[in-house]
Amino acid sequence: MSKISRRTFFEGTGAGIVAGAVPLRGQQAPAPAPRNTIQITVNGVAHKLEVEDRWTLVEVLRDHLGLTGSKIGCDRGECGACTVLLDGKSVYSCSQLAVWMNGRSIETVEGLSANGRLDPLQEAFIQHDGPQCGFCTSGQLMSAKALLHRNSHPTAEEVRAGMTGNICRCSNYNRYVESVLAAAGTLSADAGGRKA
Amino acid sequence: MKSFANVNARDVKDAVNKLREPNAVVVGGGSDLLGMVKDHLVQPDVLVNLKTIRGLDQIAAKGPEIHIGGQITLDTLSHNSMIRGDYTVLAEAAESVATPQIRNAGTLAGNVCQRPWCWYYRNNFPCFKNGGSKCFSITGENQFHAIFGGGPSFIVHPSDTAPALVALDAKFRVAGPSGERTLAAADFFALPKVNAARENVLGKDEILVSVSLPKTAKGTRSTYHKVLDREAWTHAVVSAAMVLEMDQQVCKRARIVLGGVAPIPWRLQKVEAILAGQQITPELAAKAGEAAVEGANPLAKNRYKVPLTRNLVRRTLLEMVA
Ligand SMILES: Cc1cc2nc3c(=O)[nH]c(=O)nc-3n(C[C@H](O)[C@H](O)[C@H](O)COP(=O)(O)OP(=O)(O)OC[C@H]3O[C@@H](n4cnc5c(N)ncnc54)[C@H](O)[C@@H]3O)c2cc1C
Ligand code: FES
Ligand code: FES
Repeated sequence: MSKISRRTFFEGTGAGIVAGAVPLRGQQAPAPAPRNTIQITVNGVAHKLEVEDRWTLVEVLRDHLGLTGSKIGCDRGECGACTVLLDGKSVYSCSQLAVWMNGRSIETVEGLSANGRLDPLQEAFIQHDGPQCGFCTSGQLMSAKALLHRNSHPTAEEVRAGMTGNICRCSNYNRYVESVLAAAGTLSADAGGRKA
Repeated sequence: MKSFANVNARDVKDAVNKLREPNAVVVGGGSDLLGMVKDHLVQPDVLVNLKTIRGLDQIAAKGPEIHIGGQITLDTLSHNSMIRGDYTVLAEAAESVATPQIRNAGTLAGNVCQRPWCWYYRNNFPCFKNGGSKCFSITGENQFHAIFGGGPSFIVHPSDTAPALVALDAKFRVAGPSGERTLAAADFFALPKVNAARENVLGKDEILVSVSLPKTAKGTRSTYHKVLDREAWTHAVVSAAMVLEMDQQVCKRARIVLGGVAPIPWRLQKVEAILAGQQITPELAAKAGEAAVEGANPLAKNRYKVPLTRNLVRRTLLEMVA
């Protein structure tokens, strides 16, 4: 492919600068960061990648696989914007090293829709106005997905507990809970249904 | 993040060997450690990954004891039916930690060995925990700090599972270069007056391998109650781990350990003695609550923890016999 994105352009110039840099006298070039090769499956597709040991999973997803649906909010396991499923369970991808993922299967928000059709959770998020600014939404979706894997008919209380790991700065929590209940078919007027 | 090499441990011996490399630190789920590396609180050259040790994430009955591998995730631990049934306090404590994402990644050993969450330490103040010789909380913002056992550092032990393990009289298996040793959970944790820089007796090149729980006596019931400053997601302001051995209405034996109030899980032996052999009435529970806060030494902004602790002990006892 010859398409040049802003990212590949910057990566290209970056490499040129590094290659052309000459260490100052008396200074040693820093030792190269340790790397390892991993095999991972992301949304059903197998990848073989060489990663620096210090790279987090979300960095690899976003910067190396182009899957920018997972967001980096806090980068400290505090906000949930980076939530993905690791072998079916929700984790913060900012708090996992990519090297630990060897042989594992990861599902990101990009994997939710299939054959051009949105996941019922995504449909419900739209129907019930879940996203406001939308920054937290992909993480909310993945937490909801993990919750419904374990408990396909949750109560409103269980949805709130299952989604405590995702902060929404627009504070649209009630709509998110409502959306998940709707997707699970457990939304009723008295269980968190919206009153106009 | 600073660059480092991740090395996968094959077994416990291999982990201990790898930990002898210069500037190596051990990592379980990484839910705490990676944040500390990003914040420059820990600057490792080598990360020794324990998650690759086969079998260390299992629960197994061995004779009368239950062995729990240190690499079990908090989520798996809290959903295990044997733990839920016989060691409820541990299941509830594990379930009360943080968020589903952290419980899916965080390990039991990592939970017990996590560093303090004092905001001075976490914001790189040169305190005891950061190699300095001062505790900034004494004259500073100390609303979440210790009311028992403080000095010279006033951190509170942050682990939710630690009070539960002490209340259950668990044993900890520790491995180091000279082999393995087993010690009572209560002897694993160390007050700041013993070592202000650390929270336990682990040597730099030692790891916590597994914990074992004794068989519970007939009539045992247990619970973990955690008070938070919001509804979810955070460490305990005060918590109580209680194990009661009941014979009908009479409490034969009690073990009560508090979290969030001291630099180690804080055992209330005096309260345990008050309860032993007695029926737990509202009057006795109130007396237990009073005894629980005897000797409390609050700082300027954490006095509220005294009535909170008193009432938590009283209320939890009454709920357990209701
Ligand atoms: C937002 C947030 C909220 C949190 N809330 C809570 C809470 O409510 N309650 C609570 O208890 N904790 C809480 N934590 C702390 C902690 O991340 C988790 O409790 C988790 O269990 C730590 O386990 P881990 O396996 O991820 O540890 P790691 O991050 O792998 O390790 C933690 C520390 O222990 C050391 N360590 C790890 N394993 C061993 C071992 N086997 N032997 C010796 N040392 C070891 C590491 O070197 C490191 O210093 C929270 C963390 C975050 C980020
Ligand atoms: S970016 Fe991972 S939890 Fe905030
Ligand atoms: S929709 Fe804006 S942060 Fe949640």
